[in-house]
Amino acid sequence: MNWVFHLAAAVAIVSTGMVIAAVDAVHALLYLIVSLYSVAVIFFTLGAPFVAALEVIVYAGAIMVLFIFVIMMLNLGPRSRDQERRWSRGRLWIGPAILAFLLVAELTYVLAHPGSRLPVVAIVGPKQVGIALFGPYLVGVELASLLLLAGLVGAYHLGRSWSRPERNGEES
Amino acid sequence: MPDVSMEYGLLLAGILFALGLTGLLVRRNIIFMLMSVEIMLNAAGLAFVVAGAHWGQPDGQVMFIFILTMAAAEVSVGLALVLQMYHRFRGLDADALSEMRG
Repeated sequence: MNWVFHLAAAVAIVSTGMVIAAVDAVHALLYLIVSLYSVAVIFFTLGAPFVAALEVIVYAGAIMVLFIFVIMMLNLGPRSRDQERRWSRGRLWIGPAILAFLLVAELTYVLAHPGSRLPVVAIVGPKQVGIALFGPYLVGVELASLLLLAGLVGAYHLGRSWSRPERNGEES
Repeated sequence: MPDVSMEYGLLLAGILFALGLTGLLVRRNIIFMLMSVEIMLNAAGLAFVVAGAHWGQPDGQVMFIFILTMAAAEVSVGLALVLQMYHRFRGLDADALSEMRG
C-alpha cells in the first residue's frame, strides 16, 4: 500500500508550493497547516505515530496559532473589516479543503483496512522514544529546556519594549 | 519495501527543503520568510524520521523532537522581532531593514 505514502507526499508538495506562492498570509497559513498534516500522515505510514501526533499538536496547533496571533495583531485597523469580509466568503477554503479531504480519505482507508499499513520494519512507539529521550539523550533534553527558557526570556524582552518605542527608539 | 520508502522519503524531504529555500529567497515579506524557515526545519525533521524508521530506531524521532523544540523557540523570538519591526518601520518588508548597509 505504497499509494498512501505517495498521495500524502503529493499533497505535501502541492500545499507547500501554494504556501510560497500565496499572496495573502492567511491563505499561506492554511496551506502550511495542510502541508504539516500531510507530513504527519507520512510519519504515521513510516511507523512513527508519536511524532505524527506531535506534528499535529505542536506544529499545526501551537506554532501555527502563534503565526495567526501575530497576523491578527498586525491587521488591526480600519482596513481589517473589509479584509475580514473578503476572507469569510468561503472560496479560499476550497483548495485546502480538497487537499485535506484527500488526507481524510487516506485516514479512513487505513483505519477501515487494518492490515493494509505500509510494511515498515517496526513501529517505533512512544515508549521506545521516551526511553531513548530520557536515557542517552538526557543532556539534550536539558539543553532543550535551556533553549526554551532563553526563547521565553527573549520573546518577553522584545515584546515588552514594543509597548513604548517613542522614548527609546528615536536615538539612532 | 522499506528501502523504496526511504528513498522516496528522503526525496520528499529534499523537495520540501528546496521549496522552503525558494520561498525564503523569493519572498520579501518577513512573515513568509519565517514560514519558509518553518518548512525547511520540517523537511529536516522529516529526513531524520525517515532515516530513523529505516533502521527501526527511536533516535530519528528524538532528533525530530529536538528540532520541534528549536522551531518553537525560534518562532517565538522571530515573531516578537516581527512585531518590533512592524512597530518601528510600519511594514513587513525585509528590504526596509537596510540600516546596516548590508
